[in-house]
Amino acid sequence: MTVTPTDTKSDADAPAPVAKEHLQRLLATGERPAAPSALTSARVFAWRSMLKIKHVPEQLGDILVFPIVMLLMFTYLFGGAIAGGTGAYLQFLLPGIMVMSIVMTTIYTGMSVNIDINKGVSDRFRTLPIWRAAPMVGYLLADMFRYAAAGAIMFGTGMVMGYRPEGGAVGVLLGVALLLVFCFAFSWVWTWLGLITRSEKTVMSISMSIMFPLTFLSNIMVEPSTMPGWLQPVVKNTPISQLVDGVRGLFDGTVDSGAVLTTLIWSGGFIAVFGFLTIRAYNRK
Amino acid sequence: MSQRDLAIRAEGLVKHFKDVKAVDGVDLEVPTGTVYGVLGPNGAGKTTTVRMLATLLRPDAGSATVFGRDLLTDAAAVRSQVSLTGQYASLDEDLTGVENLILLSRLYGYAKPAARERAGDLLDAFGLTHAAGKQVKAYSGGMRRRLDIAASIIVTPKLLFLDEPTTGLDPRSRGQVWDVIRTIVAEGTTVLLTTQYLEEADQLAGRIAVIDTGKVIAEGTPGQLKSSVGAGSIRVRLHHADQRAHARQVLADALGAEVELDDDPVSLTARLAPGEDTAAQGSQALGELARAGVLVDDFSLGQPSLDEVFLALTNRVQA
Repeated sequence: MTVTPTDTKSDADAPAPVAKEHLQRLLATGERPAAPSALTSARVFAWRSMLKIKHVPEQLGDILVFPIVMLLMFTYLFGGAIAGGTGAYLQFLLPGIMVMSIVMTTIYTGMSVNIDINKGVSDRFRTLPIWRAAPMVGYLLADMFRYAAAGAIMFGTGMVMGYRPEGGAVGVLLGVALLLVFCFAFSWVWTWLGLITRSEKTVMSISMSIMFPLTFLSNIMVEPSTMPGWLQPVVKNTPISQLVDGVRGLFDGTVDSGAVLTTLIWSGGFIAVFGFLTIRAYNRK
Repeated sequence: MSQRDLAIRAEGLVKHFKDVKAVDGVDLEVPTGTVYGVLGPNGAGKTTTVRMLATLLRPDAGSATVFGRDLLTDAAAVRSQVSLTGQYASLDEDLTGVENLILLSRLYGYAKPAARERAGDLLDAFGLTHAAGKQVKAYSGGMRRRLDIAASIIVTPKLLFLDEPTTGLDPRSRGQVWDVIRTIVAEGTTVLLTTQYLEEADQLAGRIAVIDTGKVIAEGTPGQLKSSVGAGSIRVRLHHADQRAHARQVLADALGAEVELDDDPVSLTARLAPGEDTAAQGSQALGELARAGVLVDDFSLGQPSLDEVFLALTNRVQA
């Protein structure tokens, strides 16, 4: 819980007077460092995101607790009905539910971008001579940290519940890496949405109405072969299902290189299309 | 004035938002090294104009150069010369004061240790060292403004946009911000300042453009603008109400001006003619009243109010 002392707003602790001569000296230095590289500016924005986590740690709680709840809930809710036992179901569910929980949290990026845009601080960023994509890429880099943390927590919880990956440590790491690549790419949909919508609530409602069907109409909870014939080709070929096939294969040690490749192609496509739209919207804002 | 001496040259800037013409053909010529005031009421188009000039908004029509660089084709070059302190604090409220300045110093290209040093120096110069570790959301309005301006001079800009820098500040904070602006200009930065307050423009600006409904309706030095509208008024508050008729006669004779009796039974106001030297008339009026034995409790020289300026200017536009 953050406690904001109310007395700080009063002018009782008004600042010391402006030190005019000091100010003059600072103005007169005329230093003009070379503009930072694209990578440096993105890293600085990532640092900003991490500072925000430090100052507002609640946001991290949301992202770390939600996946555990999802994992526990679906394992014990559906395990018996779908796989005849929670142990067998966990083996099937864990990679998918990890994809679902983490891909869902990508929408926070869009909301953060939208909040920035409405707060005037982005006016400052946009008048800086820096790489135009840096603020968004910075967010996404810090998000990679959050996603990796969420992934680790889910995997740890899964292990405690009895999950055992056949693919070994390498398979799990590659699976998580694939998930992070996809999340980085997919987030550009939300950064674009965050820039073209009026409020964070709009971002939330639009993105949820996309994410719910996209994650539930997938192979995350159940095998698509149990679905009606007309639905199967649709469900099997969404980017989410392809990603789940890729991650599940890597975790299980039965690598589905087709799904991995398709996921990478989808990722490239998201970056190309929505990265472009994001930068265009950012420049026109 | 040659192109070279201009910080900003804007011609026919237009910006629509849906059906509203926020800016409707603004021309500006801002000389370098001065404070240029853009004066107007809420919704006149001041902020939209500034946002276009700071490369934040793309004009629908018209063109502008900043130090000779074209706003549309050379935006990156413009950005490297300007900085902006927006109407709403352009800071990250979740971060502390020092974190904000380090963040921005790094984005201006300072390496980590240099950024830290620059941030510390700026906090010190702006009297904010004691609040360095506090989140900006806990800052008072005046502290926020200072930090905002400090952020704008991390790298001394050639042109600084200040969008209503004192709106909502108490008088002491306002005076401090004025001091900062004067210091910045004295060191060679050109400042474009928007304000709703005639007094502020008068205190700081070398030239003023008055904007209303998206158009520049008058431009000139503060003196030119005021004298074009009327020199203002002299208001006197008497000690004895029964001396009012006498005082009225004295003032009318001394100033040759129209003198009105106020609602307050001890007050009266002389309206001065345009072009008159208010200060000289004021001294003269006070002298004549003393000679006539009229006791005065309070005496004030009023500038034309912003309302009067606007009424006068907008009427002229319509006529």
